[in-house]
Amino acid sequence: MKYIVGFFAFWYDFIVGDAWEVAAGVILSLLALYLGIHFLTAGVRDYGAILLPLVIVVLLSYSLWRARGATK
Amino acid sequence: MHAWIGFFSSFLASAVEVVEAVTLVLAAGVTRGWRSTWIGVLAATLTLVALVVVFGPGLQTLIPLDALRVVIGTLLLIFGLQWLRKAIMRYTGMKALHDETLIYQREVNELRTAPGTAGTMDWTAFTVAYKGVLLEGLEVIFIVITFGLTAGDMTPALLGAGAAAVLVTAIAFAVRGPMSRVPENTLKFVVGLMLTAFGTFWAGEGVGLNWPGADWAILALLAVYAVVGGLLIVLLRPRVAPGGKVVSQA
Repeated sequence: MKYIVGFFAFWYDFIVGDAWEVAAGVILSLLALYLGIHFLTAGVRDYGAILLPLVIVVLLSYSLWRARGATK
Repeated sequence: MHAWIGFFSSFLASAVEVVEAVTLVLAAGVTRGWRSTWIGVLAATLTLVALVVVFGPGLQTLIPLDALRVVIGTLLLIFGLQWLRKAIMRYTGMKALHDETLIYQREVNELRTAPGTAGTMDWTAFTVAYKGVLLEGLEVIFIVITFGLTAGDMTPALLGAGAAAVLVTAIAFAVRGPMSRVPENTLKFVVGLMLTAFGTFWAGEGVGLNWPGADWAILALLAVYAVVGGLLIVLLRPRVAPGGKVVSQA
C-alpha cells in the first residue's frame, strides 16, 4: 500500500506540482472547449483559438497571484 | 518547423536538468569515488532509454493521433505552465533561486559523513548518482516522448537531449565543479514558454480548434506568452525605494 501511495504521490508531484489550480483549470477549459465545439456551435472552433490562450494567461496570472498571497 | 523546435526545446530542457544531475554526480564522484558513481549514471541512463523505447513508439501504435494530441498537449501545457510559474516566482523573489554551488556543498558534506560500504561497490555513491540522473532525466524523457510522438519522429528530440547531455557533462568536467554560472532560471523560463505554446497548440488541435496560420500559430502563441511572462515578472517584482527598502509587491 505504501508503495502504491508513493507511486501516485510521485506522479502527482511530477505533473501537477504545487499548483493544482493550473492543472484543474487547463483540464476544465479544454473539456469546455471540446463540449462547445462538438455539442454547441462549430464557430467555437475558430474563436476558441483566441479564447484558449487567453484562459491560459488568466490561469497563470491567477496562480502567481495566489502564490504571492501565500508567500506574503 | 516541428523538428527544429523539437530539437531546440529538448536541448534547452535537457541542459537545465543535466546541470542539476551533474551537480549530484560530481558530489558523489569526488567524495565517494568514480567507479560506483559511473555505474549509477550508466544504470540510470539505461533505465531512461528503456522508458523511451517502451513508451515512445508503443504509445503511438496503441492510441489514435488525435487522442494522443489531447493527452500529450494537456500534459505538456500543465508541465510548461509549471516551469513558467516556477521561473517567474524565482525572478520575482517569491522562490529562492537554484544555487548549484550550495547544493553541491550540501551534498558533499552529507556524502562525507555517510558510512562507507564493504566490498568493491559503494552503494551510497551508486544510489546518489542513479537517483540524481533518473529523477532529473525523467523530465527530459517526458519532453522527448511528447515532442517525438506529436511530430511523428523521435530523432530531433532525442538528438537535442543527447547533445545537451554531452555538452553540459563535458563543460562540467572541464571546469571540475558545479555549473553555477549557467543561467538556469532563464533556460527554465524559455523552456516553460515553449512547452506552454506547444501544449496549447496540440491540446487545442486535439479538441478540434482551427488554428489560424496552422503551425505558424505556435510562434504567435510563443510571442504572446513571452510578452505576458515578461509583464508578470515586471508586475510581481518587489518595488524598491531609493534607500533600498522594499516598498511594495505590485
